[in-house]
Amino acid sequence: MADAAPSSTVPLPRTHPLDVRPDLTEQTAGAVVARPLTTAVQVRAELPGPAADAAARVLGVALPARPGTWVATPGGGRVVWLGPDEWLVLDPTTTPWDLEPRLREALAPAGGAAVDVSAQRVVLELSGPLARDLLAAGCAVDTHPSVFPAGRAAQTLLAQAGVVLLALSDDGQRYELLVRSSFARYLADWLVDAATEHRARRA
Amino acid sequence: MQMIRCPWCGPREEVEFHYGGQAHVPYPAEPAALSDEEWAHYVFFRDNTRGVFAERWSHSAGCRKWFNALRDTVSYRFLAVYRPGDPRPVLDGSDQTQHQTHHQKAGASS
Repeated sequence: MADAAPSSTVPLPRTHPLDVRPDLTEQTAGAVVARPLTTAVQVRAELPGPAADAAARVLGVALPARPGTWVATPGGGRVVWLGPDEWLVLDPTTTPWDLEPRLREALAPAGGAAVDVSAQRVVLELSGPLARDLLAAGCAVDTHPSVFPAGRAAQTLLAQAGVVLLALSDDGQRYELLVRSSFARYLADWLVDAATEHRARRA
Repeated sequence: MQMIRCPWCGPREEVEFHYGGQAHVPYPAEPAALSDEEWAHYVFFRDNTRGVFAERWSHSAGCRKWFNALRDTVSYRFLAVYRPGDPRPVLDGSDQTQHQTHHQKAGASS
């Protein structure tokens, strides 16, 4: 699956919880990068059904029906399966006050719902040869590319913190990690700690 | 750590799940007609099965959906998981666990 790299990122007027960790990338040997805050809308709909169809028309792509997957939207966003009737739309190219009303107006008459959850999560990108090692230090989900290639997603626990993990590439070297904003500093600290042994080995 | 298979997400660690008690406890057909004792039985009284037990679980750290499972209360082994609304699966003989065999043998010899 082609990775939908955002062409333009719209800045959101909020303080980033990881502004206090400007050295996060350096301290994790380059493996972890905090992404700018991203527009996120939670979609509830029955699939198949009129609300799911309405969401597909707004997003330009059908809501993924297969558990544990995500799909790219034509506009450079992602739609992540969170449950059999629940999805998370991530779109760095737009704002919550644009995307949420568009989705809600389409979904509500059809029995679905769309809620702005942009403040809920922070996005971290994990990349490079260390990415899987860091995940394996605190997460039981098998991230081997043979079972977790690009397009797979998992809601699980990483170091006891609830996360959504997205696989962006087929080589096991690029992941996106969505963590709740109030857990972001804890998880950043934990990732730095998990990377310590690798930093020492490289030094 | 024990892995539990979520009907949607697949096998995950036990800590991602929450226990929800006995499954298939029907809501009273005529709630207004129940005596206090019958209410108490509905609300508080549950089976205490030794062996295969149908119970509710929630994948609280994952898809947050409720599902049912058949679990052996002696070995803790999960024998089947099924979605809400699906009928309780019938286990064939190979799923019966060791302790029941022992139990039956002990019963037969005494």
